[in-house]
Amino acid sequence: MKKLSRRKLIVSGLAATAGASGLAVAARLAQKYGLVPPDRGGLYGPGATLTYAAQRLLTRHSLAREFSRSQISSRPFPNEIGPPTEDFKRLQAGGFADWRLTVDGMVHEPASFSISELKSYPSRSHITEVVCEEGWSYIAEWIGVPLSHVLNLVGVHPQARYVVYVSAEPDAWDSIDMADALHPQTFLCYGMNGSDLPVPHGGPLRMRLPRQIGYKNLKFINRLTVTDDMKKFGKGRGSAAAEAGYAWYVGI
Amino acid sequence: MATSGSAQVPVEAFSSRVSTAPVTKPAPRHSALVRVTHWITTLCFFALLVSGIELVISHPRFYWGETGNVLTTPLFQLHIPSSRRLVPTGYGYVLPDQNGWSRALHFQTAWVAVLTGLLYAIVGFFTGHFRKDFLPSKAELSWRGFWGALAERLRFRRPSEAEGASYNLMQRLAYLLVIFVLFPLVIWTGLALSPAFDSAFPATVTLLGGRQSARTLHFFVSVALVVFLLVHLMMIALAGFWSRTITMITGRTGTRTEGS
Repeated sequence: MKKLSRRKLIVSGLAATAGASGLAVAARLAQKYGLVPPDRGGLYGPGATLTYAAQRLLTRHSLAREFSRSQISSRPFPNEIGPPTEDFKRLQAGGFADWRLTVDGMVHEPASFSISELKSYPSRSHITEVVCEEGWSYIAEWIGVPLSHVLNLVGVHPQARYVVYVSAEPDAWDSIDMADALHPQTFLCYGMNGSDLPVPHGGPLRMRLPRQIGYKNLKFINRLTVTDDMKKFGKGRGSAAAEAGYAWYVGI
Repeated sequence: MATSGSAQVPVEAFSSRVSTAPVTKPAPRHSALVRVTHWITTLCFFALLVSGIELVISHPRFYWGETGNVLTTPLFQLHIPSSRRLVPTGYGYVLPDQNGWSRALHFQTAWVAVLTGLLYAIVGFFTGHFRKDFLPSKAELSWRGFWGALAERLRFRRPSEAEGASYNLMQRLAYLLVIFVLFPLVIWTGLALSPAFDSAFPATVTLLGGRQSARTLHFFVSVALVVFLLVHLMMIALAGFWSRTITMITGRTGTRTEGS
């Protein structure tokens, strides 16, 4: 009886050690391969991490579904935007000719671009669905320059891990990992359904990444910062939304 | 002598009755795996239900096809207030936004529920749990057997002691439906709502007829699961709520408490 319980003790001790070191190894590997999101802490951190890791493993290079022109929604719902700031009103009055997108952080040549400069680069479009976390959706044609094109122009340092993007709306900022930043469907979007991007939809410039939920597609983008560490931004959870209790990665 | 002899008889009868009981520990009514996964699933069910209701409140309109929003005609609408100002509800007020924690709780719980379900399904196959406990016998599988079993259930009689040791036809069919149809469907329709998952596996959503169809189906399957839960609780109440609950916790049938 004594022998048995001792054996049991040793076996369960070994199992616990193996389990704990297995978890530690898994955590190190996940960190190394970029499978841990900035909002990994807190009560819902484990779920957020599992979702991000699983979707990164499954969907790193996959393309969001694209639709035919006939499927474009006749009445795209723009959702609410805050009241415009004085700065925004002034820029809008000037036809956004003075709108600048500044790019800084871990890049070889920090730069700033006007909308017409962005339009002078090879333009791309895709007909994709905007999916709101509330449940509703619509399909539109989105026109812009791939974010990867602009990142190549400024030259991103090899150790860069995230691109932070900031909106002209107060306290609106977000970030994506390099897998999403370099994804061919991730656009700095300035056009919609054949014309300039309307202000209610984020004009003159919004982030468009069709593999993530709507709130990740921030409107009125005027700054990009490339970084290797999200702890340097805000509370370190990766976005203003994550600080308000919403997930940083929203592939679902 | 005579009195002591006659007094001996009932004692012997009693002891012989005891000795017919199996000396080895009887197999539990529910295996440890069934009991543990049952209660984890119970917790998950309530977390998913509460967070799911909360998410519906942010947009209590349902559509069919690929797209749908407040500018399009819904398939149907729940007549409840909403947590979003731009959703037309007919109510003069807007509920507070609770989607942040609701989404986080919903997805984190879904992970626990799916992993628990996978463990249960894999072990259940290898131990013959589904075949032995849930698969109806050939004799039971006739329309006459089906209607008889259904009529028996609809009389809402307290089941006999013998019935507590196994599952009747209605229970077998209900559990098979939930485990092999409703749970897989609710996972499928839920995954279809992920644009990232759909980018890797587009058939997940296209086979359902589009994103909004998937959302509406996710809602219907969830309603079906809630109906199952209500019937499940009603049947347990009929059979003796505490004795059956204790059986699902300890694995032993509480025959002494059954009568009380």
